[in-house]
Amino acid sequence: MEMVNRPYASAFEAYAVQHPEVLCLSADLTSSCEIDGFRDRHPDQFLSLGMAEQNMLSFAGGLGLAGFRPFLHSFGVFLYRRPYDQLIASIAYPRRRVRLMGFLPGVTTPGGMTHQAIEDISVMRSIPNMTVLEAGDATEVESIIAAADSVDGPVYCRILRGAVPRLFDSPLVIGKMRVLAGGSDVLIVTSGITTEEAIRARAALERAGVSVRHLHLNTLKPFDAAAILDHASAVSHGVITLENHLVTGGIGSMVAEALAEAGLARRLIRLGLQDTYAHGGSRPYLMRHYGMDALSLVRAVERLTGETTGIDETALEAVRVEAVHSALKAEAL
Amino acid sequence: MRNSRPTEEIAHGIRCRVFEHTMRNNGGYLSQACSAAEQLAFLYNEALNLGPSTMPMIPPPFTGVPSATHTGYRTGAGYNGPFDAVHDRLFIAPAHYALVAYACLIEVGRMAPEGLEMFNQDGSSVEMIGAEHSPGMEVHNGTLGIGLSTGAGLAWGRKRKGESGEVCVYMSDGEVQEGQTWEAVQAAAHHGIDNLWALMDVNRQQCDGAMDSVMTVGDIASKFRNFGAVVAEVDAHDLNALRQAKATPHEGQPLIILAHSSPVKGMEFLMKRFPRLHYVRFKSEEERAEMNIAIAAELGIVPVDLGKGH
Repeated sequence: MEMVNRPYASAFEAYAVQHPEVLCLSADLTSSCEIDGFRDRHPDQFLSLGMAEQNMLSFAGGLGLAGFRPFLHSFGVFLYRRPYDQLIASIAYPRRRVRLMGFLPGVTTPGGMTHQAIEDISVMRSIPNMTVLEAGDATEVESIIAAADSVDGPVYCRILRGAVPRLFDSPLVIGKMRVLAGGSDVLIVTSGITTEEAIRARAALERAGVSVRHLHLNTLKPFDAAAILDHASAVSHGVITLENHLVTGGIGSMVAEALAEAGLARRLIRLGLQDTYAHGGSRPYLMRHYGMDALSLVRAVERLTGETTGIDETALEAVRVEAVHSALKAEAL
Repeated sequence: MRNSRPTEEIAHGIRCRVFEHTMRNNGGYLSQACSAAEQLAFLYNEALNLGPSTMPMIPPPFTGVPSATHTGYRTGAGYNGPFDAVHDRLFIAPAHYALVAYACLIEVGRMAPEGLEMFNQDGSSVEMIGAEHSPGMEVHNGTLGIGLSTGAGLAWGRKRKGESGEVCVYMSDGEVQEGQTWEAVQAAAHHGIDNLWALMDVNRQQCDGAMDSVMTVGDIASKFRNFGAVVAEVDAHDLNALRQAKATPHEGQPLIILAHSSPVKGMEFLMKRFPRLHYVRFKSEEERAEMNIAIAAELGIVPVDLGKGH
């Protein structure tokens, strides 16, 4: 598996220099959001707005009114919790072309409750006029910039930083989910960092004789309910969602709504944070602790099929590298 | 576009229209007309470089909120003239001043008097709390404190594009209780946004009553200066003082004019209700009749015929 270092930094710079109406805004987390190099090399296109997110969001609304397309960089949680009123009134309602780049989604930060955006998808998808995207690998981090900037309205993006695995070889296309496996026993729906977990689990599950259908979502709003229903209809045992987010309001809820509205009876297991805050810790620790990792997914598949697989932690570790390589092949299908 | 009428006359017209409307409709934002009449008249009749209205004299009904499928959506900013490089833009941050702002639009010939009859009627764009589709409005400001930030962003953008038109934000003093106001001044000063100016109605009143009884805000002139603005302080009802204040040099900094106003100016009878002036609603028909006669006399007009529309 190829690891890409700081994919956002280089991709944003390459894109922004080609588009002078794009402005780079920061709220005192410039190096933390990988835009320090951009700031140093392109100071005219960079605006420092300090630790003042309420002003930054309304200010960005004003920039949008003037014809600019500001990219706001901060930790995801800081882009909606404190400045929620400004987000609605200054950005979402008037459909300003503001791009909210939310770093460190869910438990990808050890910063604990104050830093962890665990209800951002739930909040953002309930806002009229908002588009919600999530990057799941380095290719999607690189391509989410142009994709977001193509939207005539506001966009919230969950961005991965630092060393990010490359799972996909084609860019993120808004509204187009990735079908990573086409099996017939269980449907697994993931996005963001949970896709890599599911790829690991999938390889082990297939060896154990479970036929997995796996969807990777990068567009959370608009949500393609019709495609979800097609895939859910094609499996015999049911659906499992796995998300780096609360199960309430996120992908689990979206899938549940789609199934219920269509009257499609399928069992559904929603993995993710279960009506709880997380605490500070490493990403692998948190994913294990809160039941968001590959092993949790395997156990959920066992509950759904009623059969034990014999897969344990060692088995998952053993398939890791191979599984990710096979994902590339699967995606090419 | 300059109106041919003297600004004093327009201010008087604003008070009369808001008074008549309040009497007929058994309540209204009367005190805001008292404090703000000269300021809004000054903005529209003198201070702002506005082009002719691009909107119909009689406001169109509400057409729906902005959405990806609502093509042709327009804000109410066209009443302030076209969006071009040379003309100024105005945000009215305290959206509950809408009734006063609409009265001003009529007085300066940008809206027909019939527009005010649509005020707060279901399906109308002439909303009680000014929305961005309401006449004279460009953004939602009903949530107090967001206006100056939005104005600062627009002004920065206009400066970057080399536009000569300025951005003016009409503010209320209660907004200094919101932290965002201070974030906005700090950002405007840091980025040298000097094509931005604000006129603030300092009437020392807010919804719950006198500001000093709700939340003391101290010396806001010093606070604004310390946050990086150039500040001018004037009597809000003295047009010459407002003219001089607008001419204050503020290179590299935003200008904030603190217009100290009386919440009962021109309608001293309202002092009987002090300090509950935010929204005047009559407690009895007797009170309504008494106020009708007394304030009409102060304004030098005949009392409103309360037989109509009630």
